Amino acid sequence: MTRTEPWLPAATTAAALALSALLITATGGSPTAALQALIQGSLGDPTAISQTLLYAAPLLLVAVGTCCSTRSGAFNIGQEGQVLIGALAGATAGLRLAAPEPALPLVVLLAAALAAGTWAWLSALMHRLRGVDIAVSTLLTTFLAQQAVAYAVTTPWLLQESRLGAAAALPQSNTLPPAALLGSLGDHPALQLNLGLAVALAAALLAAVTLDRTRWGLRLTMTGLNPAAAQHAGVPVAAVNAAALATSGALAGMAGAVLLTSPLSTNRLQPDLSINIGWDGLLVALIARNRPLLTIPVAALFAALRAGGSFLAATGVPPYLVDVVKALLTLALVAGRWSHE
Amino acid sequence: MSSIAANLETILSSGIRLAAPLAFAACGEYVAERAGTLNVSVEAMMLGAAFGAIAVAGLTGSATAGLLAGVPLGTVVGLAHGTLAHRWHINTFVAGLVLNALVLGLTSYLLTVGELGRHQVAQVSVPVLRDLPVLGTPLFTERWPVYLLLPLLPLTWWLVERSRWGLELRAAGENPQAADMTGIRVNLRRRQALLWCGALAGLGGAYLAVGEVGSFNQNMTAGRGYLVIAAVIFGGWRLGRTLAGCALFGLADALRLALPALGYTVNSQLLISAPYLLALLAMLLFTTRQRRPAALAQPFRRPS
Repeated sequence: MTRTEPWLPAATTAAALALSALLITATGGSPTAALQALIQGSLGDPTAISQTLLYAAPLLLVAVGTCCSTRSGAFNIGQEGQVLIGALAGATAGLRLAAPEPALPLVVLLAAALAAGTWAWLSALMHRLRGVDIAVSTLLTTFLAQQAVAYAVTTPWLLQESRLGAAAALPQSNTLPPAALLGSLGDHPALQLNLGLAVALAAALLAAVTLDRTRWGLRLTMTGLNPAAAQHAGVPVAAVNAAALATSGALAGMAGAVLLTSPLSTNRLQPDLSINIGWDGLLVALIARNRPLLTIPVAALFAALRAGGSFLAATGVPPYLVDVVKALLTLALVAGRWSHE
Repeated sequence: MSSIAANLETILSSGIRLAAPLAFAACGEYVAERAGTLNVSVEAMMLGAAFGAIAVAGLTGSATAGLLAGVPLGTVVGLAHGTLAHRWHINTFVAGLVLNALVLGLTSYLLTVGELGRHQVAQVSVPVLRDLPVLGTPLFTERWPVYLLLPLLPLTWWLVERSRWGLELRAAGENPQAADMTGIRVNLRRRQALLWCGALAGLGGAYLAVGEVGSFNQNMTAGRGYLVIAAVIFGGWRLGRTLAGCALFGLADALRLALPALGYTVNSQLLISAPYLLALLAMLLFTTRQRRPAALAQPFRRPS
């Protein structure tokens, strides 16, 4: 079906990188210094590697979910909103639920998954009932999710009960209790690894096995490739789509909870908590051609760019360059694959 | 309520100001969607043109030159989107989102490199008409590019609904297979629709920069492109209702800004959400009756 010239992705990637280097040079920066900063900031020392791995976990979760929904033919582009809904539910659970302490991180993760999964499932429902396009409704609900979080963090009675008065105007929730935060995996001297990455890797493996080796996965892939034929073969197409979309939302929601409870954030719910992880996760899945195992290296690359971006400023190159490089890389890898189809 | 009545002129004025950039872009998005492309990159078209408008105005010293520069800049984004989606068959949403990310990154990056300064086109005030009660000032005292909408709206309507090109374009959006059989080049028409969309969304973005704001700020369109998509959905793929949607969204935005100043407590999150909620509700309530282009967002490939 797809004829891919093996040299083409390499050539287009090189072109994308050359274009980025040209941009740096044209604006008076040094491409080699920028590259060094990116590598130093993402792989240079244990702290940098920790940053990369911490970013990789939520990206991977979003991407793995996207693989499931896209392969079923339900095109979800609302991950950014689902991440936020997950973080909102996670924060509410972490601050309000009287769960026993050891179970609290799990409760936060599950609350996030449940809420964001339901949020995404609503789009499947609208599609089923009234034929509302899934891509359109997931896009529109992203903006509702952003406002829901903004509302939650600006309203004293919702998540700010202990900071009434002058501080109540600050758009953020209370800090989550330490017991709700994701525990680190073992005691490493400097490497900060937490449960988020383990959960994300497990999700990738599970999704790979489910999609490629089980009857469920076959039905899901059939639905995506040819819904009419799948329906004819007895696959409940609408139910499969809804389940895949809910899974995608649930994983994006977990990504939100991971962001909220990892050292990457202040462990408070903030309107900008999602920091484009949802949009980036979608691109990761796209580059990985909706194969869960391939999302692992791609997510690592995107995470490295994020972690390295913070080091760029020291070289005089604006960190926004990372966004340009990411977009150009995505275009290069995607165009390189499809142009000879 | 007396203070709202007393400030009605101000609120209407700011409503029109906030609605105008949306109206330009919605004129373009409407054409793209009638041809079958759900064009998410309208955000990139507006943002790129806004940046270009201020940059060109700075280089030439003329805000009008900046405004005009928005047209080709938006068109370039349309060209890129058309190439990605209709030549290389990349999912149209993905193409749009990547272009949005690229233009946001690029403009944010370039903004940190050099100073752009302030550039603004002149305000005109139509004599006699501006003295009309209530509507006089809001409608007849505006930055002059607003009045470009007057020829552009009927032109867009005529192009889509009455010209041969528009007929072929709508065929591409309704039934690409049948259109292809009658010899219409579906993907060419869709690309041309995207160029029209880029030109008008570019004009809208440039107007936002050199018309209303007078400068470029990072991510200054802040999701207005998505609002435009919501307006087209809300308008049920009809130009008149789409513009009514833009006016409604502009007014909601104006109220969000004005009401707290007048002492009313409003939920600003609800007012920001309103356009998206309305678009979703419109789809939920009217999908069966609505004239949604049947092949909207569906890629077309010639069977070979």
